[in-house]
Amino acid sequence: MTRTVGPDPAQTQTNETPAEVPDAQQQALHSGTSDLRELLTRNLRQSGIYIAFFVVVVLFAILTGGTSLSPGNITNIVLQYSYVLVLAIGMVIVIIAGHIDLSVGSVVALTGSVSAVLVIRHGAPWWAGMLAAIGVGLLVGVWQGYWVAYVGIPAFIVTLAGMLIFRGLTLQVLDNISLSPFTPEYQKVSSGFLNGLIGGNGYDAFTLLIGALAVAGYAVSGFRTRVARIKYKQPVESFPLFIARVVVVAAVVMYFAWQLAHARGLPIVLIILGVLITLYGMITKRSVFGRQVYAIGGNLAAATLSGVKVKVVNFWIFVNMGFLASVAGIIYSSRSNGAQPAAGQNFELDAIAAAFIGGAAVTGGVGTVGGAMVGGLLVAVLSNGMQLQGVDQSIQSVIKGLILLLAVAFDVYNKRRAGSSR
Amino acid sequence: MDDYILEMRSITKTFPGVKALSDVSLAVRRGEVHAICGENGAGKSTLMKVLSGVYPAGTYDGEIVYDGEVQKFGGIRDSEHKGIVIIHQELALVPYLSIAENIFLGNERKGRGGLIDWNRANADAAALLREVGLQENPVVPVNTLGVGKQQLVEIAKAISKDVKLLILDEPTAALNDNDSAHLLDLLRRLRDRGITSIIISHKLNEIVAIAQHTTIIRDGKTVETLDMSAPDVDTDRIIRGMVGRDLESYYPERESHPGEEVLRVEGWTVKHPTQDRLVVDHADFNVRAGEVIGIAGLMGAGRTELAMSIFGRSYGRFEEGRVFVHGREVKARSVAEAIDHGIAYATEDRKKYGLNLIEDIRRNVSAAALSKLATRGWVNGNEETKVAEDSRRDMNIKAPSVSSIVGKLSGGNQQKVVLSKWLFTDPDVLILDEPTRGIDVGAKYEIYTIINKLVAAGKAVIVISSELPELLGICDRIYTLSAGRITGEQPVREATQESLMKLMTKERELAA
Repeated sequence: MTRTVGPDPAQTQTNETPAEVPDAQQQALHSGTSDLRELLTRNLRQSGIYIAFFVVVVLFAILTGGTSLSPGNITNIVLQYSYVLVLAIGMVIVIIAGHIDLSVGSVVALTGSVSAVLVIRHGAPWWAGMLAAIGVGLLVGVWQGYWVAYVGIPAFIVTLAGMLIFRGLTLQVLDNISLSPFTPEYQKVSSGFLNGLIGGNGYDAFTLLIGALAVAGYAVSGFRTRVARIKYKQPVESFPLFIARVVVVAAVVMYFAWQLAHARGLPIVLIILGVLITLYGMITKRSVFGRQVYAIGGNLAAATLSGVKVKVVNFWIFVNMGFLASVAGIIYSSRSNGAQPAAGQNFELDAIAAAFIGGAAVTGGVGTVGGAMVGGLLVAVLSNGMQLQGVDQSIQSVIKGLILLLAVAFDVYNKRRAGSSR
Repeated sequence: MDDYILEMRSITKTFPGVKALSDVSLAVRRGEVHAICGENGAGKSTLMKVLSGVYPAGTYDGEIVYDGEVQKFGGIRDSEHKGIVIIHQELALVPYLSIAENIFLGNERKGRGGLIDWNRANADAAALLREVGLQENPVVPVNTLGVGKQQLVEIAKAISKDVKLLILDEPTAALNDNDSAHLLDLLRRLRDRGITSIIISHKLNEIVAIAQHTTIIRDGKTVETLDMSAPDVDTDRIIRGMVGRDLESYYPERESHPGEEVLRVEGWTVKHPTQDRLVVDHADFNVRAGEVIGIAGLMGAGRTELAMSIFGRSYGRFEEGRVFVHGREVKARSVAEAIDHGIAYATEDRKKYGLNLIEDIRRNVSAAALSKLATRGWVNGNEETKVAEDSRRDMNIKAPSVSSIVGKLSGGNQQKVVLSKWLFTDPDVLILDEPTRGIDVGAKYEIYTIINKLVAAGKAVIVISSELPELLGICDRIYTLSAGRITGEQPVREATQESLMKLMTKERELAA
């Protein structure tokens, strides 16, 4: 709860774009440096996580003598943590709205096992198993959404119950035994690569092409946004800075693509992940639904009195979480090549940690899909690096816990420094 | 030679880039009631935070002399230790704890073995309650008390801490006239016992009634300290100091040309959400285009409940009644439907119910009509910014940009954001619940001007207000509400404060 007090305009001025911007042209004349500083300070919390990510990547690159950035290892990280990232997308939306979902680990297990039972035990085709998994995920979402939105039980309780219920159902479905192996087509979801589609000389040209397309898409959409903003006389970053931003992103993406191309090509998982991140990034930022999620998390009462259909929005948030949990369930079952009664344990904690490390606020109303992805990757790179270094599992757990604590402490510190009047 | 209990000398407090207080001095005599006036954002609260140690010594320039010694408070505990207690506008009581538990929170009455001696605590609390004139059992939870009584509990708590200097930030903002009078009476009694008070208030009548001196702060500087016993000091004199200019009048002139009836409510009856009693009882009223009607009523009369239940049944349980917009009956069962039918309701508590304080101006302005900015579910962000920019200009919202966080604006500017939000829904009827609560004189005048612009554009406006002069100043007609019933309707030229008050208390007299 913030109280408006006296003139604390200091707060408004530190992390805002400049007060009066007569027109975009003038803004564009700003020197690149002041622009850059503004970019960094505008959201220290967000840039903090990117800086932390960068530091961790460089640290482990040095410690492992470059092994951590090797093509094989990068591919590994993507494959190994993809399902946590998929869960984190749904989780950050749940958290922005002021809820929590403790059941996703069990839902991953349940959807994976339903699929496994169909495909492995009954010989159904791979796609039937996947569709069934998604159907189960949606049903779970409807169930939990109903209790949270329409009955009004706190999500913490509903999903704690869900965690037990769906774990129990998993055991029922599997008759308490593991199922394995899946058909090769099914395994492809997690371990398949798009490689050699258009040839290449020791590296996969297709991967590079996709990388290039992604960069081009980024540049074009960035440019179109820029043009639109100028048309509406909105402040934009200076043109050199815009170019610099595109170049940096292009360099990172192409380096990444290059490394993948050198290894086994483009993992199918990465394509799924890329599509989901882009889609949900847009939904949270630009859609009416996404904006209502933020409104509900920011001030539930005000959102209700502004005509937001809170129940409907909350319901769909959980349906969506169920859907994404089923996608994660498919990827995980494919990766582990079967279904185990204990699959997915503690996944919910990883997903929640990713969202909070990535800047989501415990009180709701704040958070981004991009932040949650970086938060998830930070944990992924950290775990992977520590594994490469042979750090003991127990120590890894301690360090991950500390990182989560530090990230949220940093957030609290920032808010206090920004002077929220208490 | 005057005996000063407190002298704040040349206090300067800077936040990065901004000087919030510049060379402010304040001298308070022992045993007086000293008022501090100033527009929102003038620096009153910042000054009090410096005094109480919220901003510790070293973060500001200047010195604080209290009880003859230079003080360097490192935090609230230090200042409370010396007998300085602040009571904030938003009360800091724990709702589910009893009166006694709240009074002695952090200062528990301990018996043997460090356990709480409840008999002593309750007995002491009862004595304190007698002192503040509150007839309640100290074991009842504070959430069962009204705001006025809770305020008295806060004061009892302050007295229990051996207070010498009591600071009250907007103590009567949420109180009705009876409770306010009671509180001012209490301050007088405390004064007679030698307790000095500093009172920050927008209610100038009260200041004139109670304060010995008034210090006026404007734009982070001390303007003057008025001796209230001087013959020419009245509310106008204080206003002149606060705004630096004479307000021609509190209320801008407006010509009244009511047109067609826009909203008619018939037999509107609503039950309390949990209890079996009527909160609104067969209310009938109407409002025409280009007309401002007022709804006057004491606290608990059901004003807000009436408005919110009409606004998409946001309050209580609907019993019966009909609503007509432009002569056609509408059934607005949800807020979204009410908005669709052209009804807008700006809440009395903008921080709790009106705004998303952690978001910026832009997203608050668009919040009630986001679909107007969207095609197939996707919001046009640039169009949204344009709408917000237009509002900022039209409403004169003082903020660096539309991406300024709303929680950091002053009350008056926040209220303008709330109004912008509802105007963007393009309503036919605007219900404004306490539109000027807790905002300063200058911003009030701006809000009145905005209301006048709206009716000139043919909107129908309903104003709910606790301040009768405000209703008399801006309305065409005034309805009075008492115990959920409309007890009267008066054209403004026939109405006086006395006549309205009589109607507002009608029901009670009948019952008595």
